Amino acid sequence: MAENKVKKVTVNTTINGQEMDILIDPYVSLLETLREVVGITGTKEGCNDGNCGACTVNLDGRIVDSCLVLGVEAEGKNIETVEGMASPDGLHPLQQAFLEEAALQCGICTPGFLVSAKALLDNEPDPSEERIRHWLAGNLCRCTGYDKIVKAVTKASKESK
Amino acid sequence: MIKIFLPYKIRETLDVPTEIEAYGSNLRNLIDHIEDMYPGVKDYLVDEGKLRPGMSAVIDGKTTRLGLIHKLNNVSEIHFLPSIAGGKK
Amino acid sequence: MVSTPENKNYKVIGTRPIRHDGYDKVTGRAQYGADIKLPGMLIGAVARSPYAHAKIKSIDTSEAEKMDGVFAVMTAKDLPRLGDIVRGNSEESGSERHLSENVMAFEKVLYKGHVVAGVAAKDQNTAFEAVKKIKVDYEVLKPVINVDQAMAKDASILHEDYLGDHLGKKVKNTNIAAHVRHESGNIDDGFEKADLVIEKEVDMQTVHQGYLEPHTGTAVWDEEDRVKIWTSTQGSFAVRDSVSKVLDLDVSRIKVTPMEIGGGFGGKIPIYLEPISAVLSKKTRRPVKTVMSRTDVFDASGPGPGGKVKVKIGIDSEGKILAAYADIRLEAGAYPEAFIEAAAKCVFSCYDVPSMKIDAYDVVVNKPSSAPYRAPASPQVAFATETVVDEICNIKGYDPIDFRLKNVAEKGTRTALGPKYRTIGLKECLEAAKDSDHWKSDLDSNPKSGKKRGRGIASGYWFNIGFKSSVNLSLNPDGKVALTEGSTDIGGSRASIAMQAAEVLGIPAEDVRPSVVDTDSIGITDVTGGSRTTYATGYAAYNAAHKLIEQIIEKSALKWDISKDQIEYSDGVVKSKTDSELKMTLKEIADDPPGGPIVSSASVDLEEAGGGFAVHIADLEIDEETGKTDVVNYTAIQDVGKAIHPSYVEGQMQGGAAQGIGWALNEEYFMSDDGIMLNSSYLDYRMPTSLDLPMINTIMIEVPSEEHPYGVRGVGEPPIVPPVPAIGNAINDALGLRLLNTPMKPSRITEALKRKK
Repeated sequence: MAENKVKKVTVNTTINGQEMDILIDPYVSLLETLREVVGITGTKEGCNDGNCGACTVNLDGRIVDSCLVLGVEAEGKNIETVEGMASPDGLHPLQQAFLEEAALQCGICTPGFLVSAKALLDNEPDPSEERIRHWLAGNLCRCTGYDKIVKAVTKASKESK
Repeated sequence: MIKIFLPYKIRETLDVPTEIEAYGSNLRNLIDHIEDMYPGVKDYLVDEGKLRPGMSAVIDGKTTRLGLIHKLNNVSEIHFLPSIAGGKK
Repeated sequence: MVSTPENKNYKVIGTRPIRHDGYDKVTGRAQYGADIKLPGMLIGAVARSPYAHAKIKSIDTSEAEKMDGVFAVMTAKDLPRLGDIVRGNSEESGSERHLSENVMAFEKVLYKGHVVAGVAAKDQNTAFEAVKKIKVDYEVLKPVINVDQAMAKDASILHEDYLGDHLGKKVKNTNIAAHVRHESGNIDDGFEKADLVIEKEVDMQTVHQGYLEPHTGTAVWDEEDRVKIWTSTQGSFAVRDSVSKVLDLDVSRIKVTPMEIGGGFGGKIPIYLEPISAVLSKKTRRPVKTVMSRTDVFDASGPGPGGKVKVKIGIDSEGKILAAYADIRLEAGAYPEAFIEAAAKCVFSCYDVPSMKIDAYDVVVNKPSSAPYRAPASPQVAFATETVVDEICNIKGYDPIDFRLKNVAEKGTRTALGPKYRTIGLKECLEAAKDSDHWKSDLDSNPKSGKKRGRGIASGYWFNIGFKSSVNLSLNPDGKVALTEGSTDIGGSRASIAMQAAEVLGIPAEDVRPSVVDTDSIGITDVTGGSRTTYATGYAAYNAAHKLIEQIIEKSALKWDISKDQIEYSDGVVKSKTDSELKMTLKEIADDPPGGPIVSSASVDLEEAGGGFAVHIADLEIDEETGKTDVVNYTAIQDVGKAIHPSYVEGQMQGGAAQGIGWALNEEYFMSDDGIMLNSSYLDYRMPTSLDLPMINTIMIEVPSEEHPYGVRGVGEPPIVPPVPAIGNAINDALGLRLLNTPMKPSRITEALKRKK
């Protein structure tokens, strides 16, 4: 039986403030789209089934596991990844706090945590430890035990004021 | 004389006491001396002129990195032990 | 080389600079294994066995080969057949053939997920579809999935041609790859004289290191049979070595470039995909990248061994330990070994025991081949020993810290394997535990109704290997120093290595720029593991920095036309001892130095360092109805020798504790009777999240090791050892239940509570 060739789809989306048209297979995830097609690899694959948060991106103001979102769903939407957090003026306070508090060891989960934590601080500038832990429970870290990550988020929340 | 401790399996197989005494200016000579007293031991410890892969010599608590050329000055005890890398398979 | 710890008013050591690789890691620029892209790159994928134990009767790859977009297919026939050669030097042993067969099965598959074939295709989707078209005809065999099954008389045998070594006797037709024994004193006598003898057996399920980054391997095989490899690994030279064996190529034909690594904990020491990508590249003449899925990681990469450990301890009427016996049976997985010598070394390591006997068994089972997992085998044996110690203390009413102090291992104590300890810091850790706020605090004995609280304490040990490391330094014209080294960085080690060079040179840490480089660019460097990196590579950096100073002095002597012994160097300035006009900064001497650029290099091959001890205290709150266990307070105390970068030392203590807590409470390979892991995802392989843990208090004790100029001890591994028994002991304190199986999950607690009633 002949294999049906699936046609690629054009998607118009804005990534880290830059509008672009991309051509993708309709069955690929947003994660794969970012890493393989757009070519930005800061967002990581840890499990590909929505259980580790390493692929967290901000989609129209909401954090999602990009492995669970289809690339075509990015049509008309705003996506922010870790690559968009720093500006020409310097690092985002969260990024700076992660460095100062040694909140990363291997660093592979760090992009996901930064994007998640930024979404928290954007909406709740002064979260308690419990609230931070609850918000970040969808991001797994195997190296740090979370202690210094929570401290970094708290520090960043104070710096942002 | 230096106190020498051989691994359980060598002691059992060749009927060597738990603790023996031997001497040598370096590890090679020491093993030769042990072989004189207990024939068959050297084959367990040495292979192709070097310490046998999988065997290490702990000299006064320090595992030698020099193998058979390690000079023995003022040494009290040597333990021959299966080597443990603790992180390699 | 200096053998006594140097003094103590450090300028860089003990500070907390931002790690040199940090900026790339917080901005997403850092390149990990899966991030690499090479022009013309193809994507590799592998076919894996659905059965835990089977003979391969035939493999038909023809359908896959015909597929549009598939460029090559391979099976084990494309790999050289290797004999049973024991690997070359005294710290490695094991069969080369096993190494190759674990990469790709030749005649038998020994675990579900065992690789049987590989493809290279234009993209991932095509590669996956091609793999589905590979037809394998299996003759399914009965699997053995734990030590009891594997050691049973009529057990299905994994390796028909393998001779087990049972106390020196070669034995055929066995799944016991090795039985070793260590004996000292006379335990029969000791137990007979004992006032109290307690024996417990623990049964632990297989666990995974859980690193977030799956394995990858990217390779280019070029026209003169040279292979370039890019991979996330704990040891570029170990990869080079292993690939050279599997592919039967000289090591100098292989260049391994380490990518940044997303966690390892020992699990990224073995090779998996690298030779497969290499062979596929040879067949296609294109770069090939192969990546594991999370399911593959669980199904097929090396876990930490499960198994059974029995410990028996006898004490006299004063509470002094007279004798101790251990029977240790650990799962090697599909291929030997299971770290049983390490287990024997660690089981009684915290105690001064006059008579000991240890029997340890290395048992193959139909599970993926065990890989090191942070202090391999030490947590397993500590669970048994620390449970027995806790039981003794409960029965006799001894204070658990005082009992441990009474029997403490210290300098001069004879270890189970024979040698005496050099300077160690267990006593200081126990005293610090006793003095800690946590230990002195009240355990809330009236928690909310339906909940019970309990406190547990346990100690643990891991030794630090030394081995080989190399470091190169180069003084730049701006007076800053470039440092290259080969220790892949899983936790901030490049910073602590740079800091040691900076301390010697008397310059800020930021002025030494470290890079982790490929196997052609640095001398041999052994794995980042065994808690050796800050110790051994740091020592090489220390030596290289001293040599750099020698160079600086030599060239200053030439420049000033005075003799070398009239010159001294400190803190970035070289000057004449007698003429105060003659002095230069590093920048000045680096500007056109006479005789050539200022460079230095050093390499070391170190013996074992002093070893690290850890004592942990855990407070738990347990819901009696559901069995849900919350860790409400946790303190990790550890002798760290000298904390070069305290933040990253604390990080190791907290990370190890977190893994141990997961191991104690929730993590396990849930196996079907057919040997299939049923919970091969992060949803059901339940590792701690930020909600599952409290802040982990850390107390760093510094008893400098004798073996390193700054007194460094390895710190990465001891912290995973005490949590399992500390938590077991806390559960017993809360509920009067002695749980001897891990994980001590909610259902086990509620079932045990029911049985108690």
